[in-house]
Amino acid sequence: MDNVGLILALAGAVSAALFAGIGSAYGVGLAGRAGAGAITENPDLFSKVLILQLLPGTQGIYGLLVAFVTLSQIGLLGGGASEITAGQGLMYLLACLPIAVVGLISAIYQGQTSVAAIGVVTKKPDQFGKAMLFPAMVETYAILALLISILAVFSL
Amino acid sequence: MGKDYAYAVARIRGRELALFGQPVMEQLLACKTCGEALRFLADKGWGNPERSLTAENLLEEETKKTWELIGEMVKDMSVFDVFRIGDDYHNLKAAVKLAYTRSGIDRSRVFVSGGRVSPETIEKAAAERDFGSLPEDMGKAGAKAQETLLHTGDGQLCDMMLDRACLEAVYRAGQTAGEEVLKRYSELTVAAADIRIAVRCGKVGKSLDFIRRALAPCGEIDTEVLAHAALSGTESVAGYLENTKYASAAEALRRSPAAFEKWCDDLIMDEIRPQKYNPFTLGPLAAYILARRNEIKCVRMILTGKQNELPDDMIRERLREMYV
Repeated sequence: MDNVGLILALAGAVSAALFAGIGSAYGVGLAGRAGAGAITENPDLFSKVLILQLLPGTQGIYGLLVAFVTLSQIGLLGGGASEITAGQGLMYLLACLPIAVVGLISAIYQGQTSVAAIGVVTKKPDQFGKAMLFPAMVETYAILALLISILAVFSL
Repeated sequence: MGKDYAYAVARIRGRELALFGQPVMEQLLACKTCGEALRFLADKGWGNPERSLTAENLLEEETKKTWELIGEMVKDMSVFDVFRIGDDYHNLKAAVKLAYTRSGIDRSRVFVSGGRVSPETIEKAAAERDFGSLPEDMGKAGAKAQETLLHTGDGQLCDMMLDRACLEAVYRAGQTAGEEVLKRYSELTVAAADIRIAVRCGKVGKSLDFIRRALAPCGEIDTEVLAHAALSGTESVAGYLENTKYASAAEALRRSPAAFEKWCDDLIMDEIRPQKYNPFTLGPLAAYILARRNEIKCVRMILTGKQNELPDDMIRERLREMYV
């Protein structure tokens, strides 16, 4: 177990991509099903519905970004892993947790809010701007988590 | 994923736009004749251009369209049994009586579409006195009612038995559907029907035993107290209702029979309306089905009123609240 630090750091990077990705897949899938229902009745809504469907997809991108930066920091991307102590590895893991956990949960909730917003757009297409704000509000917390994860990883 | 309604609810949102609101109903009311009203409805996309433009065809087509749409979106249609049982029992009543009278009346005038079982199957079962092809509860009730009709010749008793069986089936289906909205719907339907039965029985002087047999048990109405109240007349029923959660029914009862009928339908719509805002449950679909039934019922009233040249105000009093 000489490389326990590296394992912990890698676990952090994987968690960020994994959990945020799972959340986004769920959210985009849920909103996609609602979107399919909406355009079955009114195909003209496609562009509006597509934007609402994509909103929960951003958490997966944030998770990927944090994972990428973490892998870069620990030297795995360059092919030569740095010497990382267990303490440093644990710190990388903790740094990745905000986007992993908040990404997962916020993407699920954002997907559900997007479904509700798609319902609004289906009935009142002219209210797209207002309807989009509701799922967009959920994004705030994913961005905050991303900020903390990135700052923490860069600071290590 | 069997209970994922995101796709279905989004489609229903689109369909809700086509539901008639009060302004459209007023436009329909403003039509001078039934023919003009039928043309107005055809212009709105009602009916089937391949069939002749009659009120019966038009309304039947609309009922069919509703269930076809729901069938496209929901695999397990049994969750909607609670809405379809009423039509099945209506057809069963008609079939039992047709078998008894051997009447050659046009079937399209007595049977309705929208039930779980085709009218032909029900008619065949009643004609052959073999109810094995029907759902168990219907089969048992049909056989018992037919036997009673054959022995007594009392059509009203036969109707009462089937109505009671229907209410029990609706209540059972709603309670076991596993959806709060359907549970609530079944409770309200049975409660409203019990009140209606009690008032009518009280008016025509039915015996306590008859009223007891006619009232179906439900969670929110004490049928024994209601049956005794019915014996003393409408005022006693209204007095009993004032002490229940259906206190608003008392006021409607005192106003007029039509106002009470309207209260019954509006009660269900009012209770179901909040469900249309929950996009992850069956609620919006249930609310849409009820809204379509309400819409079709209102159109039927207007068309019948126009056919019989009733004054618009008289028709308007009977119109239910619209969903949109």
